[in-house]
Order: sequence, then C-alpha cells, then structure tokens
Amino acid sequence: MSTMENADLVNDRKKILPPAVLDLKEVSVLYSGKAAVKKVSCQILRNRITAIIGPSGCGKSTLLRSLNRMNDFVDGVTIEGEILFADQNLYGIEVDPVQVRRRIGMVFQKPNPFPKSIYNNIAWGPSINGYTGSMDELVERSLSQAALWDEVKDRLQESALNLSGGQQQRLCIARALAMEPQVLLMDEPCSALDPISTSRIEDLLFELKTHYTIVIVTHNMQQAARISDYTAFMEMGIMIEFGETDQIFTRPNIKRTEEYVTGRFG
Amino acid sequence: MAFISEQEYQNLQHRHRKARVFQRCCAAVTWASVFLLAVLLYQVCADGLGWLDWQFFNSFPSRFPDRAGIKSALVGTLWMIALVAVFSIPVGISSALYLEEFAGKGKFAKFVELNISNLSGVPSIVYGILGLAIFVRYFALERSLISGALTMSLLILPTIIIAGREAIRGVPMSIRYAALSLGATRWQTTWAHVLPASFPGIMTGVILALSRAIGETAPLILIGAMTFVAFLPQGPMDSFTALPIQIYNWVSRPQPEFHELAAAGIIVLLVVLLLMNATAIYIRSRTERRLK
Amino acid sequence: MEQLSPIEFPVGKGSNTSIHKAGMRWGEFVIKIWLQVCALISLVTTAAVVVLLLVESVKFFKVVSPLEFFFGTRWVPLLEPSSFGVLPLLWGTMLITIGAAVIALPMGLACAIYLSEYASDKIRAWVKPTLELLAGIPTIVYGYFALTFVTPLLKTFIPNIQVFNALSGAIVVGIMILPMIATLSDNALRSVPISLRQAAYALGATSYEVTTKVVVPAGLSGVMASYLLAISRAIGETMAVTIASGQTPNLSLSMLESIQTMTAYIVQISLGDTPAGSVGYQTLFAVATMLFLITLVLNIISQWILSRFREVYD
Repeated sequence: MSTMENADLVNDRKKILPPAVLDLKEVSVLYSGKAAVKKVSCQILRNRITAIIGPSGCGKSTLLRSLNRMNDFVDGVTIEGEILFADQNLYGIEVDPVQVRRRIGMVFQKPNPFPKSIYNNIAWGPSINGYTGSMDELVERSLSQAALWDEVKDRLQESALNLSGGQQQRLCIARALAMEPQVLLMDEPCSALDPISTSRIEDLLFELKTHYTIVIVTHNMQQAARISDYTAFMEMGIMIEFGETDQIFTRPNIKRTEEYVTGRFG
Repeated sequence: MAFISEQEYQNLQHRHRKARVFQRCCAAVTWASVFLLAVLLYQVCADGLGWLDWQFFNSFPSRFPDRAGIKSALVGTLWMIALVAVFSIPVGISSALYLEEFAGKGKFAKFVELNISNLSGVPSIVYGILGLAIFVRYFALERSLISGALTMSLLILPTIIIAGREAIRGVPMSIRYAALSLGATRWQTTWAHVLPASFPGIMTGVILALSRAIGETAPLILIGAMTFVAFLPQGPMDSFTALPIQIYNWVSRPQPEFHELAAAGIIVLLVVLLLMNATAIYIRSRTERRLK
Repeated sequence: MEQLSPIEFPVGKGSNTSIHKAGMRWGEFVIKIWLQVCALISLVTTAAVVVLLLVESVKFFKVVSPLEFFFGTRWVPLLEPSSFGVLPLLWGTMLITIGAAVIALPMGLACAIYLSEYASDKIRAWVKPTLELLAGIPTIVYGYFALTFVTPLLKTFIPNIQVFNALSGAIVVGIMILPMIATLSDNALRSVPISLRQAAYALGATSYEVTTKVVVPAGLSGVMASYLLAISRAIGETMAVTIASGQTPNLSLSMLESIQTMTAYIVQISLGDTPAGSVGYQTLFAVATMLFLITLVLNIISQWILSRFREVYD
C-alpha cells in the first residue's frame, strides 16, 4: 500500500503541480463502529479530475460523501482523521456543514431534479444563499456550462421532470454548478444513463476541469481511464493505490491494483 | 379426462362448486353493503327532501315543526369548520413535520408515535369530557364556540398527524439529498421541497379529519352546545349549536314531523360533507398536476 | 517550483467566506421549538385525559365501594334508593358490540376477500370509495336510520320488539364498522405477495382453498388487528346507540328490549341537571374511565399484534 506524495512527484518528474484543494489525512468512516473506510490518505488537486474506482462495497461512495459532510445524515456515523479544506478541518467543531456544502457540491447517481421548473431548479440554491445578482444570467451561465442551454432555453418554465434521463442529469450538474463550488463531487453520475448521454457528460467533464476540481466515483474502469487525471483504487475500505491515471492503468505498483484494472476480479 | 379416476373427478367437481359458491357469497356480501348505503341515502332523502325550502334554511328552531329551521345550526357548523381548521391544521402539520423530519428514530419519537396511535382510538365522548373539564371549566371559556372548536381540534389532531406523516414519508429521500447538497439547512429543505411535495396527501388527511369533526355529536353534547339556540353566534366566545346537535334534538322528539325535519337536517349535513370532500379532491388534483 | 496563487473563495454570495459556523441561526431555532411544542401537545392531551379521569374516579370511589361498582347488578345512580352496580351498562355495551361484531366481522372479511381476490380493477375502483363513503357518514345519521328504518322493519318480523331495542343499535353499529374492517383487511390481504398465491395455484388448488388456506392465514395479523380496532370503535360508539337503543339499564339476555350502554349513560348524565360534584355526577367519570381503559387495552393489543406478528415478506 502506498500513496504518492507531491514532493516525490516533483522530484521524480519535475512537474509543476497545482495546489491541493482537499487533503485527506488517515480518514476513517465508521458506521456504528464498523469501518467502511479505513485510514485513507491522499490529496485532491485543483483543476484536476480524480477518479475513485473499486469493486462494489469498497467504500468509495462513503468516502465521497464524507467530503461534503453528506454522511452526517446517517445515524451512527463517526469520522476519524482529518479532511483539510483550505487549511481547515471539515469536521472541526467550529465548522458549519451547511457552509461546507455550499462550497463542495454533489451530483448523485440517479438524477434527482426538483419537481419544479427548469429555471427554478437552478435558481433555488443561489436564492436561498442570498444571491443578489442577475438570476437569469446565472441560470443561463450554469446551463451553458452543463451543455444544456441550447436544448432548454425556450422552455425554462417547463417542469424539469419532462426532460430525458441524460438531460435531467445535466440539469443536476448545472444546478450544482450554479453554486460556483470549489469542488464538484460526482457519485457514479452516468450509471443510470445510456451510452450516448454518458459520453456527452464525459465530454462535459473535460471542459469543466478548467474551472472546477472534480472527484468522480465510478464503477466503470474505462470511464476512469478516459477522463481522469488521477485515480484512486479502493478495496474493502482501504485505498490500495493512488496515482496518475496513466500510471495506474499501465504500470500499477501494487499487484492487487493490476488484478483489478486488468479485469481479473471485480 | 383420461388420467384421473372417477373419484378424483367427483372430488374436483365438488371443490370447484365450493369455490364458485364462496366467490358468489363474497360478492353478494359486498354488493349488499353497497346496497345498504343506497337504502340509507334513499331513506334520508325520501323523508327529508320535502322539508328543504328557503324557510327551512332561514328559520331558527321552534316548538312547531312548520316553523322550525336550521339557520343557527348551519351557521354554527360553518363557524366550527373555520375555527377547527385554524387550530388543528398548523398544529397537526407541524407535529407531523417534527416527527418525520426532525425527531429521529429514538425512544422519544417512538413513544410519541405510540401515544398518537392510542389517541386516535379513544372514543370521541372521552374527548368531550376532556374538553368540558379543561376548556369549559378550567380555562373558563364557557360553553362557547371556542371550547367546542378546541375540543374538536384535539379529537382530530391524531388523524391529521398520521395522514401528514404518511404524506411526508412519501417524498423521496433523493429530493432532500439534492437540496441539502446545495447547502440548504434542514428547514429550508423541508419548507421549499418536502412540504410542497407532500401537500396533496396532507390536504386529503386534513379534509378527512375536518369531515369527522363536523359529524361528531357526542363531544359537543358534553361541551354543552345548546339544543335550542334562537340566535346566530357573533364571535368565538358565544354559545352555539351545530348541525349534529340539532339533528339529535329533532330525532329525540316523538313526533314524526320532527323526525322528518331531522332527515332534512341530515341532508344538509351530508351536502356540507360532500362539498368539503369535493374541495379536497379538487385541491389535491390541482396540486398534483402542478407537481408533475 | 512556480508559486501558484492560493485558492480563492467565491465572493458575493452574501455570506462570509469562511466555513465557520454562522452566529446561531435563530430563525431555525425558533421554528424547531415551535415544531417540538406542537408534537408535545399530543403527549399533553394523553396526560390530561389520564389525570382527569383518575382524579375524578378516585373521588367517586371514595364514596362508592369498588366492589359494589364492579359487581353490582343494579344501576340506579340518580334516584333513591341508589345503586351503583355498573354491570348493566357493561352488559348493554357488550350486547351492542357482540351483535355488531357478529354482523361486521364475517361480512367485512368477505368484502375484503372479494375486493382483493376476485373483483376486477374496474369494480374495485368504485366499490372501495363507496365503502369509504359508508365509513364517512356521521354516526348520528346511523342513529336516525336505526330509529326510523331498521326498528320499523324489524317490527314487521318480530312484532313484540320494543321501540328502543338493542338489536337495531347492534345492526346499525355493525354496518358502521363494516367498512373499517373491509378496508383494513383488504390492505392486509393485498400485502400478501402474489408469489404465495401462485405457489398454491400451481399445486392445483381452487380459489376457495387458496384464499382460505393460504391468503387469509398469511394476512391474519392485519385482519385480527382490524377486528380489534373495529370492536374498539363499536364499544366507543355513542350516538347511534343513544338514539336507537334507549336509556334503560338492563341485564336481560333479550336483544329486543331497551338497554343502556356506557356511552349512552354518559350522554344522559350530561344532558341532565345533576349537580356537579355530587356522587351522581361523578358516575360520569367512573363510567368514562372504564370506557377509556377498555378501548385503550384493545387498541394496544391490536398494535402489539401488528408489530409482533406482522408477516414480513422478502
């Protein structure tokens, strides 16, 4: 088991690395005493896509949810270790989880638009957070970033539930982007979608990378290989290996990683 | 059939016959119940329709059947609907919200839930006794509209809470997670998403509960709603009568004309209930369409 | 190594830029307090009922011995010589309840079986609302129906029936609780998974056998719970029996005579002018306490049956 330190990378490859937006230090997540995530340490780098892969039940979704404190809503959850976000521990006593979620957004596996109009889906988040600028502009900007504007610009007042599955998921992405989050967490965002919608969203993520930091959990290895810059492989709650995607998929350091990415199990 | 014996065949026929008879019996019982409803409604209409005229609606009760009317009772019932709604709807919905969204699953929440189930099974007359002791005597509200309304509100509160909880539970968790992940507080999520989505279910429960409040007689008797009220209540502290009380008063008299008057009163009561239920169905379909 | 600019936080969203807790969001706090208070009202109600009934009953039992109350057979609380044996009232309630149960329990189950096993969706779509309508009719209407229709009808078959009699009341209360049993049992039977029925049919059973030997036993806890709830409702029923069954405490076995139930007695006392505080008046609380306890026990047993024995499938 090994993790890559930024310093090593710099020394080995003379690369200029972006700063770490999220720094996980020996993070464990326990459900009523049973550990679902065990002592994970890694760094999520700015403006990069980090993918978390692994077999079902390995704890990747749990780890993702702990990054924006969505695990708080599960009974009996305890967190050990630290998750640093701009030098503040996300789980510090003085930290307000609501503020955390305003800065770290999430897109879920199954599209979950509100049963409201497309416009109101986007506008609701900013409006309850006291946004005073032009809402029309924000809605257009968010929908454009999510590559949905052209398709819905004439029917913003229609119900969001009338959109197709792929469109709904892009709407959910736009809704999360409207909050201008530092980090965008995505929990298997394409697993409920058809291949065409999936590839559209993957293209979208490439463009979003320039402005946002993205962490994506996926059970689809090929997807991780296609779009991510860094990949973390988890099994049974332990982060077995973390590194640049190229390296993980072509020259993994750990045998178990190699077995997984070559399809020997999972 | 070649592969079964004569005895098996006879046995099969017998079983099939039994099944047919059974099915027909169950069907007959069901149709009989429906038929009973029709008979009941027909009976009431036959007796009472003849008495429904403008004079009936515009007169106060009287010792003389030809001069008796339902004005004070109808107005009293309408007052009751309004007051009971004002008390029971906010408290009921708030309780349901608290129990479903904020109370968690601990011992306290389970205890409250058990308590509400028990309360919904308590006979209405016990609520009347409670209302008498607490509102009429202890709070000295006398035999007023407000005493009656508060008592009825307590009576129907468990119904609203139980129906409200069902409706709130029916809102999918994914909606709540979506709102929370955008940095909303629990209350912002509840107010902006959970309540609107559960509104049709809540409304249905509320109307059902209000219908029950209108039809109940026993608690009002205990409270002391008068049976001979020849005036209209001007405010919540006035004494009053209501449709069920008036009907009871007329039924209790020996003269057949008063029985027919009672039937007329029943028709009015049923029409009020029908209108309330129709409103509920209308509100429900409107909000359901908007949510789609 | 090139220095990259530090992470910028979004400005202009109206709130401060750190993730520290805002000053106590007092709006949320107030709302939460209000919600809690509302939820507590139900607890307070129960406490009030219990305390009230207890206190007043204790006052009563200071004057009347519990032995006389629970085992006496004469109920004459307001006249001299007074007698406070509650058995006639209890018997009156029982007559009504048993009569109603004999009608409603089998018929209600038969309706439920028809609705869940045999009726087509179209028929179900309007029979179920009709039954719900029957359930929604105010009890005073049933009282009227009993007095003006059922009793005269019974008189044509049973000439020596009294004007106020237990049978009318029992019939009408039976009709009243039938929809309750039908609806609740229908829910219970419908929650039995189709796979169980299919397994039975595949073994060559007829619909009668499948229904009575597989489906109903499988949904029995729900059916039992509905029975108990309905009986509890019948016991607490007031107006129909007050109007139709009379005000005569009576221990006879005949259902053709006038009786008095516990609930009818409470109505009688409150409509009369017995002075408050007198023993006669306190009987109201003693009888009400009995009523409350009986219905409470039935309801608790019904819930216990549901929670203990509810068959859980997959």
